[in-house]
Amino acid sequence: MERNRIKSIIEGLLFISGEPLSLERIVQVLEGEEKKEIRAALTELVREYEEQGRGLRIAEVAGGYQLETLKDNAEFLARLVKTRPIRLSKPSLETLAIIAYRQPVTRLEVDQIRGVDSSGVIATLLEYGFIAIVGRKDVPGRPFIYGTTKRFLEFFRLKSLADLPGLDEFMARAEEQAGDQNLFTDRSREQPEAGPEETKAGDQGQGPGSEGSAD
Amino acid sequence: MLETRESWRVQLEIFEGPLDLLLFLIRKNEIDIYDIPINIIVDQYQQYLEIMRSLNLEIAGEFLVMAATLSQIKSKMLLPRSEVEEEEEDPRAELVDRLLEYQRFKEAAGELISRAQLGREVFVREFDEESLKGLVGEVKRERLEFEEVDLFKLMDAFQALLDSRSLQEIKRVVVERVKVVDRIAAILEKLRENEFLEFTALFSGSRSKAEMVVTFLALLELIRLQVVKAFQAGNFAPISIKRAVPADDQKMKPGYLTSLVSEKESQGGEE
Repeated sequence: MERNRIKSIIEGLLFISGEPLSLERIVQVLEGEEKKEIRAALTELVREYEEQGRGLRIAEVAGGYQLETLKDNAEFLARLVKTRPIRLSKPSLETLAIIAYRQPVTRLEVDQIRGVDSSGVIATLLEYGFIAIVGRKDVPGRPFIYGTTKRFLEFFRLKSLADLPGLDEFMARAEEQAGDQNLFTDRSREQPEAGPEETKAGDQGQGPGSEGSAD
Repeated sequence: MLETRESWRVQLEIFEGPLDLLLFLIRKNEIDIYDIPINIIVDQYQQYLEIMRSLNLEIAGEFLVMAATLSQIKSKMLLPRSEVEEEEEDPRAELVDRLLEYQRFKEAAGELISRAQLGREVFVREFDEESLKGLVGEVKRERLEFEEVDLFKLMDAFQALLDSRSLQEIKRVVVERVKVVDRIAAILEKLRENEFLEFTALFSGSRSKAEMVVTFLALLELIRLQVVKAFQAGNFAPISIKRAVPADDQKMKPGYLTSLVSEKESQGGEE
């Protein structure tokens, strides 16, 4: 099959798919075509969308590809949409961040970091489907352990958990935020990334866990 | 009516915990987190607990545990250094680690919120005919760079407001549930017409401290229910209150929230 044909089929698949479509699924659909060729077509398609300044782009989300609208247009698009966006409270976001970085994690472990009881927020996060019970911990009482879901990745437009910045990256900001202005001059918000290699380096076991996430 | 029994309690758990209060105090006093003047912090921490008590806010057990921890650190700090074993670490070290660890996750949470979120910044093709409502007439354009204000800051602002007025001092205010519900209705009424309100304007009609407290509790309740948000343009800018839902939202309808609130109350006998 010609490259252009493959591209147009992929484009159609992305259009009709309600969720991120993995390369494997696309390969399945395009039975008989070489994976290498499909990947190349997909990469080209992604680039074309970007170069041509379309209102859509192909994003890599939750281990797949998905057509999404441009952030810059959000204000206008929201006018057409009836459903109100999910608004997470600060405690919910904190809890979600703890679970994302520390998973699999028990409620007690979350409580210890936050210094307060987290059962309420955990219930909310379960309800939204951002986290799931992924098992029980082998300690007395066999408490539930929680992990983030595919929906979490989809909601925050993350490719995988590894797409989250390393936790160490937040240390300088944390010290600064906590009032230690002497050591760290004001460079908090303006500095989004300090080079991925560096930031991941001292992060053994602390960064987001495995690639896979609970579902 | 037995108003002493029917006192209003606001649950704080959704707001913040003791670590938030400590971080707040450290920031407020511009303290070096690696060298926390424990005496100052203990005193201020107690003061906040006192304010919470006088407001009838429900103080979670965790706040009291932390108060005990702080006192313990304080007394350890009083021991002469020479009597302490050589290897013993700074009594504050563990607390500092906890605070930094927690702050780190707060930053991580900030990172999450700054990401493009589905249904807010980014849309995907998951809508059916039903979820499209055609073009809406009303278009909101403001995008103010305001910072959300946390509970302790609100308490500060409220305390300052109380201090600035010569009102009758009441040691412990007993707040009737009915009155809080009334104030909720009144605030909503104002917010139906205006999206923004000055924090201080909420209290302009109040004549007594009790009235102000009731209004303040009503505000906290509305923040908890995510109907309003408290904002501030900068650290010392005046705090304003913003409606967090559209004016025609069902939460804004008279009676809707207040019935919800009293329902919650009737389930409640805490502790």
